[in-house]
Amino acid sequence: MQAETISHEVRGFLEPYIDDTEFSNDDDIFEMGLVNSLMAMQLVLFLEKRYAFKFEGADLDLVNFRTLTRIQDLVTRKLGKA
Amino acid sequence: MASERKIKCVVWDLDNTLWDGILAEGDTLRLRPEALNALKTFDERGILQSIASRNTHEAAWLQLEAFKLDHYFLYPQIHWNAKSGSLGAIAEKLNIGLDTFAFIDDQPFERDEVRCVHPAVRVFDAVETSGLPALPAFMPRFITEDSRRRRELYQLDANRNQAQAEFKGPEEKFLRTLDLRLALAPAGESDLQRAEELTQRTNQLNTTGIPYSYETLRQRMLSPDHLLLIADLTDRYGDYGKIGLVLLHRTASAWTIELLLMSCRVMSRGVGGAILTFLRRTCAENGCELYARFRETERNRMMYVTYRFAGFSEHGATPDGLQRFKNDLTSIPAYPDYLTLNLAPELQIHRSAIKDGERINIPVWGDTPP
Repeated sequence: MQAETISHEVRGFLEPYIDDTEFSNDDDIFEMGLVNSLMAMQLVLFLEKRYAFKFEGADLDLVNFRTLTRIQDLVTRKLGKA
Repeated sequence: MASERKIKCVVWDLDNTLWDGILAEGDTLRLRPEALNALKTFDERGILQSIASRNTHEAAWLQLEAFKLDHYFLYPQIHWNAKSGSLGAIAEKLNIGLDTFAFIDDQPFERDEVRCVHPAVRVFDAVETSGLPALPAFMPRFITEDSRRRRELYQLDANRNQAQAEFKGPEEKFLRTLDLRLALAPAGESDLQRAEELTQRTNQLNTTGIPYSYETLRQRMLSPDHLLLIADLTDRYGDYGKIGLVLLHRTASAWTIELLLMSCRVMSRGVGGAILTFLRRTCAENGCELYARFRETERNRMMYVTYRFAGFSEHGATPDGLQRFKNDLTSIPAYPDYLTLNLAPELQIHRSAIKDGERINIPVWGDTPP
């Protein structure tokens, strides 16, 4: 799977929840107020279902979900291991 | 095991099930007395009800209004598509599992179609209607204030969900429009039936999935080593009811969250996070450790993520074989600005109020204070 596909799909998932604010793959979406820990939780469940894997406890640190690039890297790493 | 779960939602067919006759054929329709009786009985017992009917929505709804029954049904599915899809849609909107659904239809084809797609749904022929209220699956152990009002509470949720679907922008902005108020207080005797009901009905937002009886909860409430808290949530749409429960075990040096649960109706309202923030702050300010018990079930992944995001990590096992988590008690966030937390006076524990080395002693609070 193309890594870019992951960030694209995450954008697709977040889109209904955020207004027209533009953000890059490296912007901190928490700091920008686009995503909070509740959204991050929904995102975790979405990713686990979409890509059929489970995050391990240590992955579930909000720091890993602050930018699309970080999310993409983490998911790519998980899928590589599986 | 699955078939023993109590029914939370009954989905009715209309033609020759709720009423005699076929609407689309211009028949004179007559309500079936046993259906009307079951409908009202279920409603009083706090069982939710909906509709899966193949008809045009307008015509069927006018008929239900004429019978003055329209207000009984949540998320009615009246269209020409498959009924399995209708049941799936209702379960999703109500956010409850299909294994707590019953479906009543006079047509063998429809019953088979639903059974085939959703084997967990309990399916009944319309001729069985009169016997249903007497089946144990349709009899809750208690009828609490919250269960009596359940239809109304879900109706309020439907209004909120509508507003949320129409809202454009970050979820947090939407939450700010709600004026959420969370009250947390030690449970009293009058809360125990609802507390028991919560431990038995709540699956997704439940850290252990272990049901507690009224008696056990009463013992915990009275135990000096435990603290049983009940959470109540309101917003500008109205009251959500008593929607959360926290059972804490306390020693002088460590608190353990034996159970944390919330009704699925308050998912994504930040209730769990706010309660955990309160507990983390209290422990950090008073220099004691914070632990939690966790038992993974098929449905409670959300609570695992909640614990992890709130600074808990795995820390061995508890004596009774559950997973034990320990909180790092660092980077404790502020309370979310979209939610007002109202703590009972007994829970407002500040370091300044406690002398060095003194044990935190939150009094037990029953109906008659000791």
